[in-house]
Amino acid sequence: MKKRMKMLLLLGFCCGMVFGDQNRSDPHDQRVFPVLSINYDYVQMPFEVSLWILLASLMKLGFHLLPVLSGVVPESCLLIVVGLLVGGLIRVMGKNPPVLDSQLFFLCLLPPIILDAGYFLPIRPFTENAGTILTFAVLGTLWNVFFMGAVLYGACRLEAGRLASVDLLSCLLFGSIVSAVDPVAVLAVFEEIHINELLHILVFGESLLNDAVTVVLYHLFEEFAHAGEVTVGDVFLGVVCFFVVALGGVLVGGVYGVLAAFTSRFTSHTRVIEPLFVFLYSYMAYLSAEVFHLSGIMALIACGVVMRPYVEANISHKSYTTIKYFLKMWSSVSETLIFIFLGVSTVAGPHAWNWTFVSITIVLCLLSRVLGVVGLTYIINKYRMVKLSGKDQFIVAYGGLRGAIAFSLAFLLSSDDFPMKDMFLTAIITVIFFTVFVQGMTIRPLVDLLAVKKRKQSKCSINEEIHTQFLEHLLAGIEGVCGHYGHHHWRHKLNRFNKRYIKRCLIGGERSQEPQLISFYNKMELKQALMLLESNSSANLSAGVTAAIPRQRSRKTLNISKEREEEIRKILRGNLQKTRQRLCSYSRHTLKPDAEDDDWSETRLRKQRVEMERRMSHFLTVPALPESPPARRARVESV
Amino acid sequence: MGASQSGPVYMFQDLAQKTGFSIEQIKNLHNRFMYLTQDEDTLRRKHLENISNLALNPIRRQIIEAFFDKRNMGEKGKGCLQEIGFEEFVTVLSFFRPPKPRTADEDMKNIKKEKLRFLFNMHDTDNDGIITLDEYRRVVEELLSSYETIGAETAKAISDAAMLEVASVTVGQMGPDEFYEGITFEQFMQILKDVEIETKMNIHFWNLDTRTMQCGK
Repeated sequence: MKKRMKMLLLLGFCCGMVFGDQNRSDPHDQRVFPVLSINYDYVQMPFEVSLWILLASLMKLGFHLLPVLSGVVPESCLLIVVGLLVGGLIRVMGKNPPVLDSQLFFLCLLPPIILDAGYFLPIRPFTENAGTILTFAVLGTLWNVFFMGAVLYGACRLEAGRLASVDLLSCLLFGSIVSAVDPVAVLAVFEEIHINELLHILVFGESLLNDAVTVVLYHLFEEFAHAGEVTVGDVFLGVVCFFVVALGGVLVGGVYGVLAAFTSRFTSHTRVIEPLFVFLYSYMAYLSAEVFHLSGIMALIACGVVMRPYVEANISHKSYTTIKYFLKMWSSVSETLIFIFLGVSTVAGPHAWNWTFVSITIVLCLLSRVLGVVGLTYIINKYRMVKLSGKDQFIVAYGGLRGAIAFSLAFLLSSDDFPMKDMFLTAIITVIFFTVFVQGMTIRPLVDLLAVKKRKQSKCSINEEIHTQFLEHLLAGIEGVCGHYGHHHWRHKLNRFNKRYIKRCLIGGERSQEPQLISFYNKMELKQALMLLESNSSANLSAGVTAAIPRQRSRKTLNISKEREEEIRKILRGNLQKTRQRLCSYSRHTLKPDAEDDDWSETRLRKQRVEMERRMSHFLTVPALPESPPARRARVESV
Repeated sequence: MGASQSGPVYMFQDLAQKTGFSIEQIKNLHNRFMYLTQDEDTLRRKHLENISNLALNPIRRQIIEAFFDKRNMGEKGKGCLQEIGFEEFVTVLSFFRPPKPRTADEDMKNIKKEKLRFLFNMHDTDNDGIITLDEYRRVVEELLSSYETIGAETAKAISDAAMLEVASVTVGQMGPDEFYEGITFEQFMQILKDVEIETKMNIHFWNLDTRTMQCGK
């Protein structure tokens, strides 16, 4: 059997080669039949792409086999070093190493990372700190750009020599490219230090939202440099352009998000392609925004945020897992590739080193960031309930990492308008290396040194969920009593609007009426049931049962009345039935009929029921006081 | 309102010191109090029930009850009042004041404990110091009361699971002849210790006069 397969393969291979070579004209009349020939051009493109991705993944694998290294150095640094080595290797072999192509970067490598970030964006902390994030993103970036541009220009004037030809516009453009905090780098470093939620969302949110500012300023200065002169009207148009870019991006993303949510309402019979809709609509949102020079990143974030609650209510559990894992996989591969390519491009690109320019750039980056953060925090703290302390400000300032977006934007500059392009590129690469290596490596010990609060491991606790919802309503009510329309009031209104109109349209079936608490509870039960099964709970159960076997005392202290016990069983039965309905929600249309699935869910439910009954009968509140339950209830109601 | 301008100034000073609000905030709250009670001296339940903002809140009843609960007034009283004055109004609202920025850790712990105590009192409606299964069940039912299609069984199921969770977290394995009475205050603090109450359970008290800024009740 194996031999036959081998023969068939060889035959197929040869046929392929023969057909591939048919265009070759041979001067000889008698041609030797080519049994084995090489045709690399046919597969070159996909072959090289796959080879790069394979290399990136193997590198990722390798790092985690060396725990010593990955504990000290963040992954991004290691990947850049690998890129440098690979680039050096290619150069030694005589060929020119490939540079990070901007089109490849912006259209293929960046969207998965941004979609992953936007889809899983923690909404509550984001909206609570939206004002702060926007201030840092917009005002902070503007400050950075103009401060850096102005001081650089002054330095270039003073320096003379080669730098004398750098004019103000070029400096401002350079400032706009370098100032933006990069989401890829921030994600890569912050993921590993597990900092508390507030700081994480502040730095990360800023890195996402400053894209609008960067896009506008970049195009603005590029246009000005091309046109040659600037009028006041142009500046005004630039401000208008900012609003158009930001709001337009969000609008495009929102529209596509609604479309995706609406589509997912009807996918109950074709579960297999559900994840595809999510990815396609998001990517289309990004591309559509890029067509009009709107902010693609904001479109992607808006799409993910809008789409998520409705899509998750509509799709099956398996599709949800698929989406989660595909997004994580793609974004992980993209990130690895980006950093490797950064390293390779460093070896490849034309460099024009200038000590003054580069050193001033680095110093200015740090200085303007620190000044900007401190100044803005002073203003913001007047309006915040939870003020940002000095430690928080330090982390926010220190976490302003630059990354591949700056490099790609610089690469896109045309050399005619900007003769100093090579110098810019070199300076940007140096800044990126500096922030990623120095700041990335030292932020973890600094976080430990300053004893910054770390992220709490959030267990899935129904009590916390109940109380979080309770708090929301309570705070909205108290705000109502005090008479001012605060944050909670508006969120309450939005939730009501959402429930009444939007959920009806976008969520199919009876799930549209399901409150958040119930879906949370169902998810948690499902998770627990799965955990129970996977952890081989039969052993635990038997041990638990023997430990809880009542001793040979009379059971009269266990005063569960007959009717109460019946009540308990009814609850459990009804509850587990609902869980079972949820389990069977994915259709078996084109999936192989999973015969084990039925038995699996059955045993799972049975085990869960047994476990719950055991715990219930021991732990439930049963008033041992002489008062009977109905009388107690009556007293409570009369208060 | 005009005649009693100078009298309450000393009262405001005392209140400011006792509750931690600033003088402007207390003045604003006084304006709001007068607006709610339509210039009477004491606040009754019906005044709070008239607020249209509260009408759509699922836990409206418990919020209103909290204002009249003696346990929140600082004395060791139990039971509830029929009407409250401005001082009690401000005392209840002071539970929602955000902590000052440079508070020491010890004070933060106390603040957190006070806020959790307020929440506990809201749930423990019969004043016995324990949240029983029935009381917890009512809490969940009220939370879900805005969704008409949800049956009472689901609320029961959720509250039962929640109680089980508290029991398993705080008490662990119990002996076969013990049963779980209810959630005491210490257990309540323990299960909610990760929620960061001291930063979340706050609302903004503006220093400006909000009377001119609000539109309608």
